[in-house]
Amino acid sequence: MIQVQNLTKKFGEIVAVNDLSFSVKKGEILGFLGPNGAGKTTTMRILTCYTPATSGTATIAGYDIFNDSFEIKRILGYLPETPPLYLELTAREYLLYVAKLKGVPIAKHRSALDNVIQKCGLEKVIDRVLNNLSKGYRQRVGIAQALINSPQILILDEPTSGLDPKQIIEIRELIKSLAGEHTVILSTHILPEVTQTCQKIIIINEGSIVAEDSYEELIAKTNKTNKTRVMIKTADDNIINKIKEINGVQNVVREFSAERNVIIVESEMDCDVREELARMIVNSRCGLLELKHEVMSLEDVFLHLITKEEGTVN
Amino acid sequence: MKNIATITAKELKSYFISPVAYVITTVFLVITGYMFYSRISSFSLYCFKMMNYSKALETLNINYNVLRQSFSTMITTIMFMMPIMTMRIIAEEKKNKTMELLMTSPVTISEVVFGKFFALLILYAGMLLITIYMPLYASYYSKVDWGPIISGYVGMLLLGSVFLAIGIFASALTENQIVAALISFAFILIFVLIDWAANLADGQVAIVLKYLSLSSHSYNFFKGVIHSKDVVFYLSFVAFGLFMSFRVIESKRWTQ
Ligand SMILES: Nc1ncnc2c1ncn2[C@@H]1O[C@H](COP(=O)(O)OP(=O)(O)OP(=O)(O)O)[C@@H](O)[C@H]1O
Ligand SMILES: [Mg+2]
Repeated sequence: MIQVQNLTKKFGEIVAVNDLSFSVKKGEILGFLGPNGAGKTTTMRILTCYTPATSGTATIAGYDIFNDSFEIKRILGYLPETPPLYLELTAREYLLYVAKLKGVPIAKHRSALDNVIQKCGLEKVIDRVLNNLSKGYRQRVGIAQALINSPQILILDEPTSGLDPKQIIEIRELIKSLAGEHTVILSTHILPEVTQTCQKIIIINEGSIVAEDSYEELIAKTNKTNKTRVMIKTADDNIINKIKEINGVQNVVREFSAERNVIIVESEMDCDVREELARMIVNSRCGLLELKHEVMSLEDVFLHLITKEEGTVN
Repeated sequence: MKNIATITAKELKSYFISPVAYVITTVFLVITGYMFYSRISSFSLYCFKMMNYSKALETLNINYNVLRQSFSTMITTIMFMMPIMTMRIIAEEKKNKTMELLMTSPVTISEVVFGKFFALLILYAGMLLITIYMPLYASYYSKVDWGPIISGYVGMLLLGSVFLAIGIFASALTENQIVAALISFAFILIFVLIDWAANLADGQVAIVLKYLSLSSHSYNFFKGVIHSKDVVFYLSFVAFGLFMSFRVIESKRWTQ
């Protein structure tokens, strides 16, 4: 459905997007993950034909973003980083205006409006002036605006920013329910969001893709070691050296903490050292307080990927 | 065409929701109305004084002495007001990021520019329409020659369109509304006063400057003559202004 090839965008010296290639299948939800300034918004702006790329191409539903932008805009719903609201209008006036701009036939205005009001929970604010709405409601109107023409392609830049926890869950459910019929690209900083809603995750940093896969695959690929977190009463160099000698242990590091008594033991993937570790610490009378297997979260994967240039993935 | 109408309707609505339309219309009507009142009362006083001198009375002409002066007051007023009326028209879209909605909707940049231009034109035409009370009032007390008045209004509409096109262009240049107003005021001033420079220059330069002057093309209209060369000049000026607005918006897409 969406094919992106070697997309590059430069702002003078700054390379915002660097040689990006990926594809999204019809009905898939793609999550764009990356730190501030990674190039998420810029990529989305290129895909929505808002700004042209410096080089590279992309096709959406078979249309080229540069040559057939008009056709793409017809089948597109886009929530920009800042919801594009005319603050002097009421939510209803605004949504009807967007419906007209998007070319929704007049006969369908009513049903389209009712549909987004219900989906985005706007019943209470629909006749209020947008300027008087809270940030969360403005965001919801922004999402409603993107959905009003029931677009085939939905591009959402940080859709849940500014929403309350309940609404975040509702919007995530809404986005999930759109999969299948609609193809969705969303960007976010919130990691659980992508693990919960997206079939495919792309992590970008400084304009380039550092990882691209499903959540499970990413975790599996990045986890090359088992990690065990050990808290002991006295953690001197002596005990650390001893731990290092245990079969299968690859690395031992002190975790930064006030007492300097937490150490992380990294061992080979298919080798559980916990039993041996516990016995050894108890035997050397260091006072074992806690021993726990560390599960790598997407946060870890993310930090791992964006901080280590050499990258364990790819 | 449908998109242009959609945008025009939205812009008009925005103007009437905010106080801008009301304030501008009021200021315009108060200033032009006051000037009209003071002219027509001094004119009638003068007529009264000259009553016994039929020769002098013949030279007095309400078209020339009152109504034409009213047109020039209107021009001076809109020179100051058009920049304020147009300053938000595109700058605000950029500031509020609603440009991103327009540019990712299936509407073209020219539809956006035309839609906005027509909204402003309708607003301005409405203001002009109200001032018709001036010749109507004058015709109630005296014989008025309607020819120069009609052509005068045509000229006002064309000249105002040029100011609007300049304002739209200035608003496209920046997202700061004050800066937009200052730029359009500067442009309007330059093209209105270029006449003076023409008087100082000579030869070819003078001819070119004279031709580019907005004011030199307006005289005929107020004398009661609609020259096609004046109409063509104003319309091409409007087209050029709108085209430049289009180009500015188009080129800014690359740096966004
Ligand atoms: N109009 C612009 N002019 C110059 N540089 C820009 C422009 N827009 C973006 N950039 C630069 O491009 C890079 C990517 O920005 P982008 O907004 O795409 O990041 P992002 O991933 O969306 O970040 P965030 O998570 O903060 O929203 C940044 O370094 C930014 O400074
Ligand atoms: Mg962003």
